[in-house]
Amino acid sequence: MKTLVLVEHEEGQLKDATLGTVTAASKLGEVHLLVAGEGVGGVADQAAKIAGVGKVHVADDAAYGHGLAENVAPLVAKLMEEHDAFLAPATTTGKNIAPRVAALLDVMQISDILSVEDQDTFTRPIYAGNAIATVKSSDAKKVITVRTTAFEKAARDGGSGEIEAVSGSGDQGLSSFVGAEIAHSERPELTSAKIIVSGGRALGSGEAFHQYIEPLADKLGAAVGASRAAVDAGYVPNDYQVGQTGKVVAPELYVAIGISGAIQHLAGMKDSKTIVAINKDEDAPIFQVADIGLVGDLFKVVPELTEKL
Amino acid sequence: MKLLVAVKRVIDYNVKPRVKADQTGIDLANVKMSMNPFDEIAVEEAIRLKEKGVASEIVAVSIGPAKAQEMLRTALAMGADRAILVQTEDEVEPLAVAKILAKIAGEEQPGLFILGKQAIDDDSNQTGQMLAALLGWPQGTFASKVEFDGTESVSVTREVDGGLETVKLNLPAVVTTDLRLNEPRYASLPNIMKAKSKPLAQKTPADYGVETASRLTVLKVVEPPKRTAGIKVGSVDELIDKIRETGVIG
Ligand SMILES: Cc1cc2nc3c(=O)[nH]c(=O)nc-3n(C[C@H](O)[C@H](O)[C@H](O)COP(=O)(O)OP(=O)(O)OC[C@H]3O[C@@H](n4cnc5c(N)ncnc54)[C@H](O)[C@@H]3O)c2cc1C
Ligand SMILES: Nc1ncnc2c1ncn2[C@@H]1O[C@H](COP(=O)(O)O)[C@@H](O)[C@H]1O
Repeated sequence: MKTLVLVEHEEGQLKDATLGTVTAASKLGEVHLLVAGEGVGGVADQAAKIAGVGKVHVADDAAYGHGLAENVAPLVAKLMEEHDAFLAPATTTGKNIAPRVAALLDVMQISDILSVEDQDTFTRPIYAGNAIATVKSSDAKKVITVRTTAFEKAARDGGSGEIEAVSGSGDQGLSSFVGAEIAHSERPELTSAKIIVSGGRALGSGEAFHQYIEPLADKLGAAVGASRAAVDAGYVPNDYQVGQTGKVVAPELYVAIGISGAIQHLAGMKDSKTIVAINKDEDAPIFQVADIGLVGDLFKVVPELTEKL
Repeated sequence: MKLLVAVKRVIDYNVKPRVKADQTGIDLANVKMSMNPFDEIAVEEAIRLKEKGVASEIVAVSIGPAKAQEMLRTALAMGADRAILVQTEDEVEPLAVAKILAKIAGEEQPGLFILGKQAIDDDSNQTGQMLAALLGWPQGTFASKVEFDGTESVSVTREVDGGLETVKLNLPAVVTTDLRLNEPRYASLPNIMKAKSKPLAQKTPADYGVETASRLTVLKVVEPPKRTAGIKVGSVDELIDKIRETGVIG
Protein backbone atom coordinates (compact mmCIF):
# COMPACT_ATOMS: atom_id res chain seq x y z
CA MET A 1 0.00 0.00 0.00
CA LYS A 2 1.23 3.49 -0.84
CA THR A 3 0.39 6.12 1.74
CA LEU A 4 0.49 9.91 1.61
CA VAL A 5 1.05 11.79 4.86
CA LEU A 6 0.24 15.47 5.27
CA VAL A 7 3.24 17.21 6.83
CA GLU A 8 2.26 19.63 9.60
CA HIS A 9 4.53 22.63 9.75
CA GLU A 10 4.64 26.15 11.09
CA GLU A 11 7.08 28.96 10.40
CA GLY A 12 9.49 26.75 8.55
CA GLN A 13 9.55 24.00 11.16
CA LEU A 14 8.19 20.52 10.70
CA LYS A 15 5.99 19.75 13.68
CA ASP A 16 6.10 16.67 15.90
CA ALA A 17 2.51 15.76 14.99
CA THR A 18 3.89 14.65 11.61
CA LEU A 19 6.12 12.05 13.23
CA GLY A 20 3.41 9.96 14.91
CA THR A 21 1.42 10.12 11.70
CA VAL A 22 4.38 8.74 9.75
CA THR A 23 4.57 5.82 12.19
CA ALA A 24 0.85 5.09 11.69
CA ALA A 25 1.30 5.25 7.91
CA SER A 26 4.31 2.93 8.01
CA LYS A 27 2.05 0.23 9.45
CA LEU A 28 0.04 0.39 6.23
CA GLY A 29 2.85 0.47 3.71
CA GLU A 30 5.22 2.78 1.88
CA VAL A 31 5.27 6.32 3.30
CA HIS A 32 5.21 9.33 1.00
CA LEU A 33 4.83 12.85 2.33
CA LEU A 34 3.14 16.01 1.16
CA VAL A 35 4.53 19.38 2.13
CA ALA A 36 2.09 22.08 1.05
CA GLY A 37 2.77 25.74 1.74
CA GLU A 38 4.61 28.82 0.63
CA GLY A 39 8.39 28.94 0.92
CA VAL A 40 8.53 25.43 2.30
CA GLY A 41 11.83 24.24 0.86
CA GLY A 42 13.31 24.01 4.35
CA VAL A 43 10.37 21.98 5.61
CA ALA A 44 10.77 19.61 2.65
CA ASP A 45 14.42 19.07 3.62
CA GLN A 46 13.39 18.26 7.19
CA ALA A 47 10.66 15.94 5.88
CA ALA A 48 13.06 14.04 3.64
CA LYS A 49 15.23 13.22 6.66
CA ILE A 50 12.46 11.48 8.62
CA ALA A 51 13.38 7.82 9.01
CA GLY A 52 11.70 5.52 6.54
CA VAL A 53 10.10 8.01 4.18
CA GLY A 54 10.04 7.59 0.42
CA LYS A 55 9.02 10.42 -1.83
CA VAL A 56 8.39 13.94 -0.47
CA HIS A 57 5.91 15.80 -2.67
CA VAL A 58 6.34 19.54 -2.33
CA ALA A 59 3.64 21.98 -3.42
CA ASP A 60 5.18 25.41 -2.95
CA ASP A 61 2.59 28.01 -3.85
CA ALA A 62 1.04 31.07 -2.19
CA ALA A 63 -2.36 29.35 -2.55
CA TYR A 64 -1.25 26.75 0.01
CA GLY A 65 0.44 29.29 2.29
CA HIS A 66 -2.13 29.27 5.04
CA GLY A 67 -3.29 25.71 4.61
CA LEU A 68 -6.73 26.72 3.33
CA ALA A 69 -8.70 23.48 2.99
CA GLU A 70 -10.46 24.74 -0.14
CA ASN A 71 -7.09 24.88 -1.94
CA VAL A 72 -5.19 22.01 -0.32
CA ALA A 73 -7.94 19.35 -0.55
CA PRO A 74 -8.08 19.24 -4.38
CA LEU A 75 -4.28 18.99 -4.45
CA VAL A 76 -4.40 15.98 -2.12
CA ALA A 77 -7.28 14.43 -4.06
CA LYS A 78 -5.21 14.62 -7.24
CA LEU A 79 -2.17 13.03 -5.57
CA MET A 80 -4.44 10.29 -4.25
CA GLU A 81 -4.81 8.98 -7.79
CA GLU A 82 -1.42 7.42 -7.11
CA HIS A 83 -1.77 6.57 -3.41
CA ASP A 84 -3.98 4.21 -1.46
CA ALA A 85 -4.26 6.00 1.86
CA PHE A 86 -4.11 9.61 3.01
CA LEU A 87 -3.17 10.25 6.62
CA ALA A 88 -3.17 13.55 8.47
CA PRO A 89 -2.51 14.21 12.15
CA ALA A 90 -5.73 14.89 14.09
CA THR A 91 -4.71 18.52 14.63
CA THR A 92 -6.94 21.43 13.71
CA THR A 93 -5.13 21.53 10.33
CA GLY A 94 -5.64 17.82 9.67
CA LYS A 95 -9.23 17.85 10.88
CA ASN A 96 -9.99 20.77 8.60
CA ILE A 97 -8.48 19.29 5.44
CA ALA A 98 -8.87 15.49 5.62
CA PRO A 99 -12.69 15.25 5.60
CA ARG A 100 -12.78 17.58 2.61
CA VAL A 101 -10.41 15.20 0.82
CA ALA A 102 -12.54 12.22 1.88
CA ALA A 103 -15.68 13.72 0.38
CA LEU A 104 -13.87 14.57 -2.88
CA LEU A 105 -12.80 10.91 -3.09
CA ASP A 106 -16.21 9.65 -1.92
CA VAL A 107 -14.79 7.75 1.04
CA MET A 108 -15.74 7.71 4.70
CA GLN A 109 -12.96 9.14 6.84
CA ILE A 110 -11.67 7.14 9.78
CA SER A 111 -11.16 9.80 12.45
CA ASP A 112 -8.57 9.91 15.20
CA ILE A 113 -7.20 6.37 14.93
CA LEU A 114 -5.44 4.81 17.92
CA SER A 115 -4.08 1.76 16.13
CA VAL A 116 -3.75 0.06 12.78
CA GLU A 117 -5.02 -3.56 13.03
CA ASP A 118 -4.64 -4.36 9.36
CA GLN A 119 -4.93 -2.52 6.04
CA ASP A 120 -8.68 -2.01 6.48
CA THR A 121 -9.14 -2.19 10.23
CA PHE A 122 -8.45 0.47 12.84
CA THR A 123 -9.39 1.35 16.40
CA ARG A 124 -10.71 4.76 17.34
CA PRO A 125 -12.20 6.42 20.41
CA ILE A 126 -15.90 7.30 20.47
CA TYR A 127 -18.13 8.90 23.12
CA ALA A 128 -15.35 11.05 24.58
CA GLY A 129 -13.05 8.08 24.81
CA ASN A 130 -15.49 6.12 26.96
CA ALA A 131 -15.43 3.42 24.32
CA ILE A 132 -12.99 2.19 21.74
CA ALA A 133 -14.46 1.01 18.45
CA THR A 134 -12.76 -1.37 16.04
CA VAL A 135 -13.88 -0.38 12.56
CA LYS A 136 -13.31 -1.95 9.18
CA SER A 137 -13.38 0.23 6.11
CA SER A 138 -14.79 -1.04 2.82
CA ASP A 139 -13.53 1.96 0.85
CA ALA A 140 -10.81 1.21 -1.70
CA LYS A 141 -8.86 4.33 -0.66
CA LYS A 142 -8.52 5.30 2.96
CA VAL A 143 -8.64 8.75 4.47
CA ILE A 144 -7.48 8.77 8.07
CA THR A 145 -6.71 11.22 10.84
CA VAL A 146 -4.28 10.02 13.47
CA ARG A 147 -4.24 10.56 17.21
CA THR A 148 -0.54 11.17 17.30
CA THR A 149 -0.10 10.53 21.02
CA ALA A 150 -1.07 6.91 20.35
CA PHE A 151 1.91 6.29 18.07
CA GLU A 152 5.65 6.43 18.63
CA LYS A 153 7.32 9.35 16.91
CA ALA A 154 9.29 8.43 13.80
CA ALA A 155 12.92 9.56 14.06
CA ARG A 156 13.66 13.00 12.66
CA ASP A 157 16.79 11.72 10.98
CA GLY A 158 18.10 8.71 9.13
CA GLY A 159 15.83 9.04 6.13
CA SER A 160 16.71 10.10 2.62
CA GLY A 161 13.43 10.81 0.92
CA GLU A 162 13.41 11.99 -2.64
CA ILE A 163 12.00 15.51 -3.00
CA GLU A 164 9.69 16.09 -5.94
CA ALA A 165 7.87 19.32 -6.80
CA VAL A 166 4.17 18.97 -7.52
CA SER A 167 1.57 21.48 -8.51
CA GLY A 168 -2.16 21.49 -8.04
CA SER A 169 -4.95 23.70 -9.18
CA GLY A 170 -3.86 26.45 -6.78
CA ASP A 171 -6.28 29.06 -5.51
CA GLN A 172 -9.89 27.93 -5.89
CA GLY A 173 -11.09 31.50 -5.33
CA LEU A 174 -13.44 30.47 -2.52
CA SER A 175 -11.63 31.69 0.56
CA SER A 176 -8.77 33.82 1.75
CA PHE A 177 -6.64 34.16 4.84
CA VAL A 178 -7.24 37.36 6.81
CA GLY A 179 -5.05 37.05 9.88
CA ALA A 180 -4.08 35.04 12.91
CA GLU A 181 -3.44 35.52 16.58
CA ILE A 182 -0.96 32.81 17.34
CA ALA A 183 0.48 32.80 20.82
CA HIS A 184 4.24 32.49 21.09
CA SER A 185 5.45 30.97 24.26
CA GLU A 186 8.81 30.02 25.69
CA ARG A 187 7.14 27.03 27.25
CA PRO A 188 6.98 23.59 25.62
CA GLU A 189 4.02 22.93 23.34
CA LEU A 190 1.02 21.31 25.00
CA THR A 191 0.70 18.32 22.69
CA SER A 192 4.34 17.31 22.85
CA ALA A 193 5.29 18.32 26.41
CA LYS A 194 6.69 15.83 28.90
CA ILE A 195 4.98 17.59 31.80
CA ILE A 196 1.74 19.58 31.81
CA VAL A 197 0.27 21.71 34.58
CA SER A 198 -3.43 22.47 34.02
CA GLY A 199 -5.73 24.80 35.87
CA GLY A 200 -9.52 24.88 36.13
CA ARG A 201 -12.40 27.08 37.08
CA ALA A 202 -11.23 27.12 40.72
CA LEU A 203 -8.54 29.67 39.83
CA GLY A 204 -11.26 32.28 39.57
CA SER A 205 -9.41 34.77 37.39
CA GLY A 206 -6.75 35.19 34.74
CA GLU A 207 -4.51 36.91 37.30
CA ALA A 208 -4.75 33.95 39.67
CA PHE A 209 -4.03 31.56 36.81
CA HIS A 210 -0.94 33.59 36.03
CA GLN A 211 0.08 33.82 39.66
CA TYR A 212 -0.47 30.22 40.75
CA ILE A 213 -0.26 27.94 37.71
CA GLU A 214 2.51 29.50 35.64
CA PRO A 215 5.29 29.62 38.28
CA LEU A 216 4.72 25.92 39.00
CA ALA A 217 4.83 25.15 35.29
CA ASP A 218 8.05 27.14 34.95
CA LYS A 219 9.62 25.29 37.86
CA LEU A 220 8.76 21.96 36.22
CA GLY A 221 9.61 23.03 32.68
CA ALA A 222 6.02 22.19 31.88
CA ALA A 223 3.44 23.25 29.32
CA VAL A 224 0.30 24.92 30.61
CA GLY A 225 -3.18 23.55 29.95
CA ALA A 226 -6.69 24.34 31.16
CA SER A 227 -10.21 23.02 31.43
CA ARG A 228 -12.96 24.34 29.22
CA ALA A 229 -14.41 26.25 32.16
CA ALA A 230 -11.13 28.18 32.60
CA VAL A 231 -11.02 28.98 28.89
CA ASP A 232 -14.70 29.97 28.68
CA ALA A 233 -14.20 32.29 31.64
CA GLY A 234 -11.36 33.96 29.78
CA TYR A 235 -8.55 33.09 32.21
CA VAL A 236 -6.50 31.69 29.33
CA PRO A 237 -6.81 31.51 25.53
CA ASN A 238 -8.65 28.73 23.68
CA ASP A 239 -5.48 26.91 22.65
CA TYR A 240 -4.94 25.85 26.28
CA GLN A 241 -8.04 23.66 26.38
CA VAL A 242 -7.47 19.99 27.04
CA GLY A 243 -10.31 17.55 26.40
CA GLN A 244 -12.75 15.78 24.11
CA THR A 245 -13.18 18.90 22.06
CA GLY A 246 -9.83 20.53 22.78
CA LYS A 247 -6.36 19.03 22.71
CA VAL A 248 -5.60 15.44 23.50
CA VAL A 249 -2.41 15.07 25.51
CA ALA A 250 -0.47 12.18 26.99
CA PRO A 251 2.50 13.56 28.89
CA GLU A 252 4.56 11.65 31.42
CA LEU A 253 3.15 13.85 34.17
CA TYR A 254 -0.17 15.73 34.18
CA VAL A 255 -0.96 17.95 37.15
CA ALA A 256 -4.66 18.93 37.36
CA ILE A 257 -5.27 21.84 39.70
CA GLY A 258 -8.80 22.90 40.64
CA ILE A 259 -10.27 20.75 37.87
CA SER A 260 -13.24 18.53 38.74
CA GLY A 261 -12.59 15.83 36.14
CA ALA A 262 -15.66 15.96 33.87
CA ILE A 263 -15.68 13.18 31.24
CA GLN A 264 -14.98 15.73 28.53
CA HIS A 265 -11.81 16.81 30.31
CA LEU A 266 -10.71 13.24 31.11
CA ALA A 267 -11.07 12.38 27.41
CA GLY A 268 -8.14 14.65 26.71
CA MET A 269 -5.69 13.58 29.42
CA LYS A 270 -6.44 10.14 30.80
CA ASP A 271 -3.68 8.51 28.78
CA SER A 272 -1.08 10.53 30.68
CA LYS A 273 1.48 8.30 32.38
CA THR A 274 1.14 9.81 35.86
CA ILE A 275 -1.77 12.02 36.89
CA VAL A 276 -1.56 14.29 39.92
CA ALA A 277 -4.70 16.03 41.17
CA ILE A 278 -5.01 18.89 43.60
CA ASN A 279 -8.61 19.63 44.56
CA LYS A 280 -10.31 20.75 47.75
CA ASP A 281 -13.20 18.33 47.22
CA GLU A 282 -12.14 14.80 48.17
CA ASP A 283 -15.01 13.40 46.10
CA ALA A 284 -14.05 15.19 42.89
CA PRO A 285 -14.12 12.68 39.98
CA ILE A 286 -10.57 13.64 39.01
CA PHE A 287 -9.37 11.56 42.00
CA GLN A 288 -10.82 8.43 40.35
CA VAL A 289 -8.15 8.64 37.66
CA ALA A 290 -5.36 10.32 39.60
CA ASP A 291 -2.31 8.31 40.63
CA ILE A 292 -1.43 10.82 43.29
CA GLY A 293 -4.06 13.04 44.88
CA LEU A 294 -3.82 15.86 47.35
CA VAL A 295 -7.00 17.19 48.94
CA GLY A 296 -6.47 20.83 49.74
CA ASP A 297 -6.92 24.47 48.86
CA LEU A 298 -4.87 25.19 45.79
CA PHE A 299 -4.19 28.75 46.90
CA LYS A 300 -2.22 27.32 49.83
CA VAL A 301 -0.90 24.11 48.34
CA VAL A 302 0.35 25.30 44.98
CA PRO A 303 2.67 28.09 46.25
CA GLU A 304 4.14 25.66 48.78
CA LEU A 305 4.68 23.06 46.07
CA THR A 306 6.28 25.58 43.74
CA GLU A 307 8.61 26.76 46.47
CA LYS A 308 9.68 23.32 47.64
CA LEU A 309 10.36 21.83 44.22
CA MET B 1 -30.73 35.22 3.34
CA LYS B 2 -31.80 31.75 4.36
CA LEU B 3 -29.81 29.77 6.94
CA LEU B 4 -29.72 26.01 7.27
CA VAL B 5 -28.73 24.39 10.55
CA ALA B 6 -27.96 20.69 11.10
CA VAL B 7 -28.92 19.16 14.43
CA LYS B 8 -28.14 15.64 15.58
CA ARG B 9 -29.83 13.63 18.30
CA VAL B 10 -27.12 12.29 20.61
CA ILE B 11 -26.61 11.00 24.13
CA ASP B 12 -26.93 13.84 26.65
CA TYR B 13 -23.49 15.19 27.52
CA ASN B 14 -24.09 14.64 31.23
CA VAL B 15 -24.62 10.91 30.84
CA LYS B 16 -21.69 8.56 31.22
CA PRO B 17 -21.82 6.20 28.24
CA ARG B 18 -21.82 2.47 29.00
CA VAL B 19 -20.49 -0.14 26.63
CA LYS B 20 -22.90 -3.02 25.95
CA ALA B 21 -21.87 -6.37 27.34
CA ASP B 22 -22.00 -7.96 23.89
CA GLN B 23 -19.49 -5.35 22.60
CA THR B 24 -21.77 -4.19 19.78
CA GLY B 25 -21.97 -0.56 20.86
CA ILE B 26 -23.14 1.80 23.57
CA ASP B 27 -26.23 1.03 25.60
CA LEU B 28 -28.72 3.76 24.72
CA ALA B 29 -31.86 2.09 26.11
CA ASN B 30 -33.54 4.47 28.56
CA VAL B 31 -30.67 6.93 28.30
CA LYS B 32 -31.36 10.65 28.13
CA MET B 33 -30.87 11.97 24.60
CA SER B 34 -30.44 15.62 23.63
CA MET B 35 -29.46 17.90 20.81
CA ASN B 36 -25.71 17.70 20.20
CA PRO B 37 -24.27 20.65 22.23
CA PHE B 38 -22.39 22.08 19.24
CA ASP B 39 -25.65 22.08 17.28
CA GLU B 40 -27.36 24.14 20.00
CA ILE B 41 -24.58 26.64 19.40
CA ALA B 42 -25.29 26.45 15.66
CA VAL B 43 -29.00 27.11 16.17
CA GLU B 44 -28.22 30.00 18.53
CA GLU B 45 -25.86 31.57 16.00
CA ALA B 46 -28.50 31.36 13.29
CA ILE B 47 -31.05 33.01 15.55
CA ARG B 48 -28.64 35.82 16.40
CA LEU B 49 -28.01 36.41 12.70
CA LYS B 50 -31.75 36.62 12.16
CA GLU B 51 -32.11 39.02 15.07
CA LYS B 52 -29.39 41.18 13.54
CA GLY B 53 -31.35 41.27 10.31
CA VAL B 54 -28.71 39.36 8.34
CA ALA B 55 -30.90 36.28 7.94
CA SER B 56 -34.54 36.03 7.03
CA GLU B 57 -35.37 32.38 7.60
CA ILE B 58 -33.87 29.49 9.59
CA VAL B 59 -34.44 25.87 8.62
CA ALA B 60 -33.29 23.12 11.01
CA VAL B 61 -32.51 19.69 9.58
CA SER B 62 -31.95 16.37 11.30
CA ILE B 63 -31.27 12.90 9.98
CA GLY B 64 -32.25 10.22 12.41
CA PRO B 65 -35.06 8.25 14.04
CA ALA B 66 -38.59 9.55 14.61
CA LYS B 67 -37.49 10.73 18.05
CA ALA B 68 -35.12 13.25 16.45
CA GLN B 69 -38.31 15.31 16.04
CA GLU B 70 -37.85 16.32 19.67
CA MET B 71 -34.52 17.96 18.86
CA LEU B 72 -36.07 19.74 15.89
CA ARG B 73 -38.91 20.97 18.11
CA THR B 74 -36.26 22.31 20.48
CA ALA B 75 -34.61 24.15 17.59
CA LEU B 76 -38.02 25.54 16.60
CA ALA B 77 -38.68 26.59 20.18
CA MET B 78 -35.34 28.37 20.30
CA GLY B 79 -36.29 30.33 17.18
CA ALA B 80 -35.92 28.31 13.97
CA ASP B 81 -38.78 28.84 11.51
CA ARG B 82 -39.27 25.35 10.14
CA ALA B 83 -37.71 21.93 10.22
CA ILE B 84 -36.98 18.92 8.07
CA LEU B 85 -36.64 15.44 9.51
CA VAL B 86 -35.00 12.90 7.24
CA GLN B 87 -36.21 9.83 9.00
CA THR B 88 -34.35 6.54 9.18
CA GLU B 89 -33.86 4.01 11.91
CA ASP B 90 -30.44 3.07 10.49
CA GLU B 91 -27.15 4.58 11.63
CA VAL B 92 -26.15 7.12 9.00
CA GLU B 93 -22.45 7.90 8.65
CA PRO B 94 -21.13 11.45 8.20
CA LEU B 95 -20.50 10.94 4.47
CA ALA B 96 -24.12 9.95 3.82
CA VAL B 97 -25.35 12.69 6.18
CA ALA B 98 -23.30 15.19 4.18
CA LYS B 99 -24.79 13.88 0.92
CA ILE B 100 -28.34 14.30 2.22
CA LEU B 101 -27.55 17.78 3.57
CA ALA B 102 -26.02 18.70 0.20
CA LYS B 103 -29.24 17.69 -1.56
CA ILE B 104 -31.26 19.78 0.89
CA ALA B 105 -28.92 22.72 0.34
CA GLY B 106 -29.56 22.33 -3.40
CA GLU B 107 -33.30 22.65 -2.83
CA GLU B 108 -33.22 25.36 -0.19
CA GLN B 109 -30.35 27.51 -1.52
CA PRO B 110 -29.18 28.90 1.83
CA GLY B 111 -26.51 31.58 2.17
CA LEU B 112 -24.93 29.74 5.06
CA PHE B 113 -25.14 26.17 6.35
CA ILE B 114 -24.20 25.95 10.04
CA LEU B 115 -23.25 22.65 11.68
CA GLY B 116 -21.58 21.63 14.92
CA LYS B 117 -17.87 20.91 14.71
CA GLN B 118 -18.31 17.48 16.22
CA ALA B 119 -21.04 15.12 17.31
CA ILE B 120 -20.26 14.00 20.87
CA ASP B 121 -21.23 10.39 20.14
CA ASP B 122 -19.13 9.42 17.10
CA ASP B 123 -16.61 12.25 17.64
CA SER B 124 -16.02 12.25 13.88
CA ASN B 125 -15.58 15.96 13.26
CA GLN B 126 -16.08 15.64 9.52
CA THR B 127 -19.67 16.20 8.34
CA GLY B 128 -19.37 19.97 7.78
CA GLN B 129 -16.11 19.69 5.86
CA MET B 130 -17.59 16.92 3.69
CA LEU B 131 -20.72 18.95 3.02
CA ALA B 132 -18.60 21.92 1.95
CA ALA B 133 -16.59 19.69 -0.41
CA LEU B 134 -19.70 18.16 -1.98
CA LEU B 135 -21.21 21.60 -2.58
CA GLY B 136 -17.93 23.17 -3.70
CA TRP B 137 -18.38 25.81 -0.99
CA PRO B 138 -15.76 27.25 1.34
CA GLN B 139 -15.71 26.13 4.98
CA GLY B 140 -15.14 27.99 8.23
CA THR B 141 -14.56 25.21 10.74
CA PHE B 142 -14.32 25.49 14.57
CA ALA B 143 -15.79 29.00 14.48
CA SER B 144 -15.62 31.33 17.47
CA LYS B 145 -16.86 34.39 15.57
CA VAL B 146 -18.95 34.84 12.42
CA GLU B 147 -19.24 38.28 10.84
CA PHE B 148 -20.92 39.12 7.58
CA ASP B 149 -19.24 41.59 5.25
CA GLY B 150 -22.29 42.54 3.19
CA THR B 151 -24.00 39.80 1.24
CA GLU B 152 -20.99 38.50 -0.66
CA SER B 153 -18.77 37.11 2.05
CA VAL B 154 -18.42 36.18 5.69
CA SER B 155 -15.41 36.42 8.01
CA VAL B 156 -14.97 33.46 10.31
CA THR B 157 -12.58 33.38 13.26
CA ARG B 158 -11.48 29.81 13.90
CA GLU B 159 -10.12 28.16 17.03
CA VAL B 160 -6.92 26.49 15.87
CA ASP B 161 -4.20 24.64 17.79
CA GLY B 162 -1.95 27.70 17.93
CA GLY B 163 -4.65 30.22 18.82
CA LEU B 164 -7.09 31.97 16.49
CA GLU B 165 -7.21 32.40 12.73
CA THR B 166 -9.56 34.46 10.60
CA VAL B 167 -10.58 33.53 7.07
CA LYS B 168 -12.85 35.24 4.61
CA LEU B 169 -15.29 32.99 2.77
CA ASN B 170 -17.35 33.69 -0.31
CA LEU B 171 -21.04 32.98 0.17
CA PRO B 172 -22.65 30.52 0.19
CA ALA B 173 -20.48 28.83 2.79
CA VAL B 174 -20.41 26.17 5.49
CA VAL B 175 -19.58 27.06 9.10
CA THR B 176 -18.97 24.60 11.95
CA THR B 177 -19.28 25.86 15.51
CA ASP B 178 -16.82 25.72 18.37
CA LEU B 179 -17.66 26.12 22.06
CA ARG B 180 -16.92 29.82 22.37
CA LEU B 181 -19.09 31.05 19.48
CA ASN B 182 -22.01 31.87 21.78
CA GLU B 183 -24.02 30.65 24.74
CA PRO B 184 -27.23 29.04 23.55
CA ARG B 185 -30.48 30.32 25.01
CA TYR B 186 -33.12 28.19 26.69
CA ALA B 187 -36.46 28.05 24.97
CA SER B 188 -39.20 29.77 26.97
CA LEU B 189 -42.43 27.96 27.74
CA PRO B 190 -44.55 30.10 25.39
CA ASN B 191 -42.02 29.48 22.62
CA ILE B 192 -42.09 25.74 23.29
CA MET B 193 -45.87 25.86 22.86
CA LYS B 194 -45.59 27.96 19.71
CA ALA B 195 -43.01 25.56 18.24
CA LYS B 196 -45.58 22.78 18.22
CA SER B 197 -47.38 24.42 15.33
CA LYS B 198 -44.32 25.35 13.29
CA PRO B 199 -43.91 23.30 10.09
CA LEU B 200 -41.90 20.09 10.29
CA ALA B 201 -41.52 18.20 7.00
CA GLN B 202 -40.90 14.45 7.05
CA LYS B 203 -38.64 12.91 4.46
CA THR B 204 -36.56 9.79 3.96
CA PRO B 205 -33.02 9.33 2.59
CA ALA B 206 -34.62 7.75 -0.50
CA ASP B 207 -36.43 11.04 -1.21
CA TYR B 208 -33.00 12.51 -1.81
CA GLY B 209 -31.69 9.45 -3.63
CA VAL B 210 -28.92 8.95 -1.11
CA GLU B 211 -27.62 5.46 -0.35
CA THR B 212 -26.97 5.20 3.40
CA ALA B 213 -25.22 1.82 3.61
CA SER B 214 -22.21 2.05 5.92
CA ARG B 215 -18.68 2.20 4.59
CA LEU B 216 -17.27 1.49 8.03
CA THR B 217 -18.32 -1.69 9.77
CA VAL B 218 -18.05 -1.65 13.54
CA LEU B 219 -16.47 -4.98 14.46
CA LYS B 220 -16.57 -4.37 18.18
CA VAL B 221 -16.82 -1.71 20.84
CA VAL B 222 -14.96 -2.15 24.10
CA GLU B 223 -14.21 -0.13 27.20
CA PRO B 224 -10.89 1.66 27.22
CA PRO B 225 -8.19 0.40 29.57
CA LYS B 226 -9.39 1.42 33.02
CA ARG B 227 -7.39 3.76 35.20
CA THR B 228 -7.75 3.06 38.85
CA ALA B 229 -7.58 5.60 41.60
CA GLY B 230 -4.12 5.78 43.10
CA ILE B 231 -3.11 7.10 46.48
CA LYS B 232 -3.96 10.25 48.37
CA VAL B 233 -1.13 12.04 50.08
CA GLY B 234 -1.45 14.16 53.19
CA SER B 235 1.05 16.93 52.57
CA VAL B 236 2.99 18.80 49.92
CA ASP B 237 6.22 17.11 51.05
CA GLU B 238 4.68 13.70 50.54
CA LEU B 239 3.35 14.82 47.16
CA ILE B 240 6.84 15.86 46.07
CA ASP B 241 8.30 12.53 47.22
CA LYS B 242 5.70 10.59 45.27
CA ILE B 243 6.21 12.66 42.14
CA ARG B 244 9.98 12.16 42.45
CA GLU B 245 9.43 8.40 42.68
CA THR B 246 7.98 8.45 39.16
CA GLY B 247 11.35 9.64 37.91
CA VAL B 248 9.86 12.40 35.76
CA ILE B 249 11.48 15.11 37.83
CA GLY B 250 14.87 15.06 39.45
C1 LIG C 1 -19.87 19.70 24.15
C2 LIG C 1 -18.98 19.87 25.33
C3 LIG C 1 -17.62 19.78 25.14
C4 LIG C 1 -16.75 19.96 26.22
N1 LIG C 1 -15.42 19.87 26.00
C5 LIG C 1 -14.57 20.02 27.03
C6 LIG C 1 -13.15 19.91 26.86
O1 LIG C 1 -12.66 19.66 25.74
N2 LIG C 1 -12.35 20.10 27.93
C7 LIG C 1 -12.87 20.36 29.19
O2 LIG C 1 -12.07 20.55 30.12
N3 LIG C 1 -14.18 20.47 29.37
C8 LIG C 1 -15.04 20.30 28.33
N4 LIG C 1 -16.39 20.45 28.56
C9 LIG C 1 -16.84 20.97 29.86
C10 LIG C 1 -16.93 19.94 30.98
O3 LIG C 1 -18.18 19.29 30.92
C11 LIG C 1 -16.80 20.65 32.34
O4 LIG C 1 -17.81 21.62 32.45
C12 LIG C 1 -15.45 21.35 32.55
O5 LIG C 1 -14.39 20.46 32.26
C13 LIG C 1 -15.34 21.83 34.00
O6 LIG C 1 -14.15 22.55 34.21
P1 LIG C 1 -13.49 22.64 35.66
O7 LIG C 1 -13.17 21.27 36.12
O8 LIG C 1 -12.40 23.62 35.57
O9 LIG C 1 -14.64 23.31 36.51
P2 LIG C 1 -15.57 22.70 37.67
O10 LIG C 1 -16.24 21.48 37.21
O11 LIG C 1 -16.38 23.83 38.17
O12 LIG C 1 -14.54 22.23 38.78
C14 LIG C 1 -13.80 23.09 39.58
C15 LIG C 1 -13.12 22.23 40.62
O13 LIG C 1 -12.26 23.03 41.42
C16 LIG C 1 -12.35 22.60 42.75
N5 LIG C 1 -11.97 23.75 43.59
C17 LIG C 1 -12.67 24.88 43.83
N6 LIG C 1 -11.96 25.73 44.60
C18 LIG C 1 -10.79 25.11 44.88
C19 LIG C 1 -9.64 25.49 45.61
N7 LIG C 1 -9.55 26.66 46.24
N8 LIG C 1 -8.62 24.61 45.69
C20 LIG C 1 -8.68 23.40 45.06
N9 LIG C 1 -9.74 23.02 44.34
C21 LIG C 1 -10.79 23.86 44.25
C22 LIG C 1 -13.77 22.16 42.94
O14 LIG C 1 -13.85 21.21 44.01
C23 LIG C 1 -14.07 21.54 41.58
O15 LIG C 1 -13.80 20.14 41.58
C24 LIG C 1 -17.27 20.24 27.51
C25 LIG C 1 -18.65 20.31 27.70
C26 LIG C 1 -19.50 20.12 26.63
C27 LIG C 1 -20.96 20.19 26.85
N1 LIG D 1 -27.59 12.67 11.65
C1 LIG D 1 -27.35 13.97 11.61
N2 LIG D 1 -28.36 14.86 11.46
C2 LIG D 1 -28.15 16.18 11.43
N3 LIG D 1 -26.92 16.73 11.54
C3 LIG D 1 -25.88 15.91 11.70
C4 LIG D 1 -26.03 14.50 11.73
N4 LIG D 1 -24.80 13.96 11.88
C5 LIG D 1 -23.92 14.98 11.95
N5 LIG D 1 -24.57 16.16 11.83
C6 LIG D 1 -23.99 17.52 11.87
O1 LIG D 1 -22.59 17.42 11.68
C7 LIG D 1 -21.89 17.89 12.83
C8 LIG D 1 -20.60 17.14 13.00
O2 LIG D 1 -20.83 15.77 13.20
P1 LIG D 1 -19.70 14.66 13.08
O3 LIG D 1 -19.01 14.89 11.79
O4 LIG D 1 -20.46 13.35 13.11
O5 LIG D 1 -18.80 14.81 14.28
C9 LIG D 1 -22.89 17.79 13.96
O6 LIG D 1 -22.58 18.71 14.99
C10 LIG D 1 -24.20 18.15 13.24
O7 LIG D 1 -24.31 19.55 13.06
